[in-house]
Amino acid sequence: MGTNEVVGHSEQRWDAIAKVKGQAQFTGDFPFKNLLYGKILRSTIAHGRVESYDISEAEKVPGVVKILLPEDLPQNKYSTAGHPWTLIPEKQDIRDRTILTRDVRVYGDDIGAVIAKSELAAIKALEKIKVTYKEYPVYITPQQAMADDARRIHEERDNVLASSKVGFGDVDKSMAEADYIIRENLSTSVQQHVHMENQIAVAYQDADQRWTCVSSTQIPHICRRIIAQAVGVSWSKIRVKKPFIGGGFGNKQDAVVEPLVVAMSMACNGQPVQLALTREESIAYTRTRHAIDYNFAIGVKKDGTITAIDCDVISNQGGYASHGHAIGGKGGTFINAIYKMDSLRYTAKTVYTNIATAGAMRAYGMPQVVFALETVMDDAADKIGMDPIDFRMMNRRPDGFYNAMSNVKQINFKVGECLEKGRKEFEWDKKMAASKQYKTGVKRRGLGVAAFSFGTAVYPFGLEVAGARLILMPDGCFKLMLGSTEIGQGADTALSQMAAEAIGVPFKNIIRDSFTDTDIDPYDTGAYASRQSYVTGFAVKEAAEKIKAKILTRAAKMYDVRTEYIDIIDGNIIYMPDGERLATLEDIAMSSYFDMKDGKTITAYSSVNIHQTTYASGCTLAEVEVDMETGRVKLLSIMNVHDSGKIINPLIANGQVEGGMAMSIGYGLSEGIRYSKEGRPLNNNLLDYKLPTTMDLPKLEHAFVETDDPLGPFGNKSLGENPTVSPAPAIRNAVKNAIGIGINTLPLSPENVYEHIQAQQKGDVQNV
Amino acid sequence: MIQEIEFTLNGEAVTCAVDVRKSLLEMLREDFSLIGMKEGCSVGECGACSVLIDEQAVDSCIYLAVWVDGKSITTIEGITHTDGSLDNVQQAFIDAGAVQCGFCIPGMIISSSQFIKENPQPSRDEIRRALSGNMCRCTGYQKIIDAVELAVETK
Repeated sequence: MGTNEVVGHSEQRWDAIAKVKGQAQFTGDFPFKNLLYGKILRSTIAHGRVESYDISEAEKVPGVVKILLPEDLPQNKYSTAGHPWTLIPEKQDIRDRTILTRDVRVYGDDIGAVIAKSELAAIKALEKIKVTYKEYPVYITPQQAMADDARRIHEERDNVLASSKVGFGDVDKSMAEADYIIRENLSTSVQQHVHMENQIAVAYQDADQRWTCVSSTQIPHICRRIIAQAVGVSWSKIRVKKPFIGGGFGNKQDAVVEPLVVAMSMACNGQPVQLALTREESIAYTRTRHAIDYNFAIGVKKDGTITAIDCDVISNQGGYASHGHAIGGKGGTFINAIYKMDSLRYTAKTVYTNIATAGAMRAYGMPQVVFALETVMDDAADKIGMDPIDFRMMNRRPDGFYNAMSNVKQINFKVGECLEKGRKEFEWDKKMAASKQYKTGVKRRGLGVAAFSFGTAVYPFGLEVAGARLILMPDGCFKLMLGSTEIGQGADTALSQMAAEAIGVPFKNIIRDSFTDTDIDPYDTGAYASRQSYVTGFAVKEAAEKIKAKILTRAAKMYDVRTEYIDIIDGNIIYMPDGERLATLEDIAMSSYFDMKDGKTITAYSSVNIHQTTYASGCTLAEVEVDMETGRVKLLSIMNVHDSGKIINPLIANGQVEGGMAMSIGYGLSEGIRYSKEGRPLNNNLLDYKLPTTMDLPKLEHAFVETDDPLGPFGNKSLGENPTVSPAPAIRNAVKNAIGIGINTLPLSPENVYEHIQAQQKGDVQNV
Repeated sequence: MIQEIEFTLNGEAVTCAVDVRKSLLEMLREDFSLIGMKEGCSVGECGACSVLIDEQAVDSCIYLAVWVDGKSITTIEGITHTDGSLDNVQQAFIDAGAVQCGFCIPGMIISSSQFIKENPQPSRDEIRRALSGNMCRCTGYQKIIDAVELAVETK
């Protein structure tokens, strides 16, 4: 599209050179004079109350500046969840925490803090603080926390912090019309983001007496609001600066360290304080993907028609509400988005427990609900003896379906095309036939598929605003200023391509910035919900069109031609009737800066509020080999196919798909935080938390069903999170196809698979 | 306790009076302001802090600074040529699209550079094994392995 064709090309990401040289500065890389170091005193129980602290020995440690107890800091209740603020009180996130607390709700809760002149002194002091607790019963599962005699984890609220029911039709009647009802229980695991850079922030008082927080955050503007609410100052008193970020994946969509580090600096007369979490802290005490239990039923007729879906959801929130019910409560819409059915019932509860607080994680609840849906769908296909791809094809929602649950007309919805393309390019039929040779013996092979639908941004459930500013520089380049957040995904590069495309200049003419700064950059809610290329894309497009119009108006006056006859092509002002180059962009820019009579610099600003969304979709096909003696699942081949509209930058898009697939393969096969019955995390390090390494992943194949989405700013729709949705259920279905056992708990680790094989051999488990 | 050490850092002879408790990573970042190496785990699991010590890739977070006395250290800053141009391994990482957040990349390039020197014609499986001590959460490693293959081709 356009004349420039920058969009759709694999432009080199602007920050790549700095990153390969080790020159890119992350939060921990900036020098600060007189920097102090903060450390968090963490509870060694999961549920109870601190009765007393003895800090006498800790205070004697040389270099200790302050020891902070909960009473020493502001007592404002706030939520760490990085949602846009809402003026509707009942929609606001649950404010259930203070910066530090005596009331312990999770193991490792923030019960105090030390500030010292060195990190070592802070650690030594922490070790000398003696804490006595009153202990309460620990609830690891929602079922324990929902028991009649269970104690409230938060005094002011029931442990079931939210519940909801959505759907349509008469589920009981539709189920009665089915030939078979497939009802299963499923449980997902506690996955952790494991971004390579741990949470880190530095806070200090600036010359204007306000507070600056340099932080590795996905949501600078929202983070500013959360800090202000937590420490109790008006919002403009806080400035957040985000430098390069070493990954986020949703974990840095919660303000986990920022309120505390600002409060620490406030307690030290504005001296800069750094709060950097260790890997062990980051895995265990920040946020996780919600572990969710499903009771999921599908009613199906012998001809493959789905009559009803009935889904009961119990989401394990952990100790604090964070993003809360937004995750467990979300699935119904997206079940309705992908398959036809007469009736749907989706009931959900989100429940406080004493494990780590769950929050946003890449794909925000979709990996869980799609694991449940695609497991039971697959088992339904088996039940009626249909090919699993054919079964999905016949039940898929057609392009243009109106989804009444979200009030979204699903224009350009191509899940069927994805399944067809996947069947062909993965060589599904050939591989399936070949796998039949491996259904006995020690090594057994099988194939599985899973499909999904996916929203773009959060409309109509939440606010979708973004802004962009463009400044024409004297040499004809443009400074692009954005409040959106580059977190490694390549958003900055994609958005720069969009600006170049819409103005009519080469990609190299757009200049970005490693910082997002709430004082300087336009308001944008940040990096989540695969929203930026869409919502911020509209803002970039609007600012680019505005600045282009201003440039053309000036050029028309300078060269005495009508504006409609000229255009900007490849950085030049072209007289369109004969293609003559009237001027370079630099000529116009220099005149705009320095012409004595008419000099006036050219800038443009946009602020958009996007009242639409577009649904993406896709699928995964997987082939596995299961070792019957060890339970080890070897992934032989795997392919993702995505319907994400126009691909803005193929190289970056491929990188998103591969990274997302890897994360979901880990979800399917190896990852999960384990807890003792006392609520203590057992594997919060990179040795015991099984993050995939180079040795654990097969070739990651992928394809796009590329379209020009009629609604997207540049034909694009969501992509960043989508690849993380369907690999895990496809692997689960492939394992079932290989060994005849449907395993409904994640991950399918050797231990889990082995135990299922053993149970089946003893006759404990019924085959699906 | 402070100990005086002498070593070669990115081709230059240097001395440092260093606290004997410091890790090599801490010394490089704090005393020499070389911030390219990152701390991802502090216990030798993730590889983000990799440096070359006498042409061997090492996790600098679990290597004491005083142990480099008399040795030769190359950091990511020393991989970039002295005229500021990129080494072909760095260029390959860019061209293959291996860079996302970039936090693991200096360590990946350190490990890859040394590996290619020792094994100039590696198979894909050998590359996988060579980089198994460097973790990345963004890429799924595919383009990182592509980058090493590309670096071999463009050497």
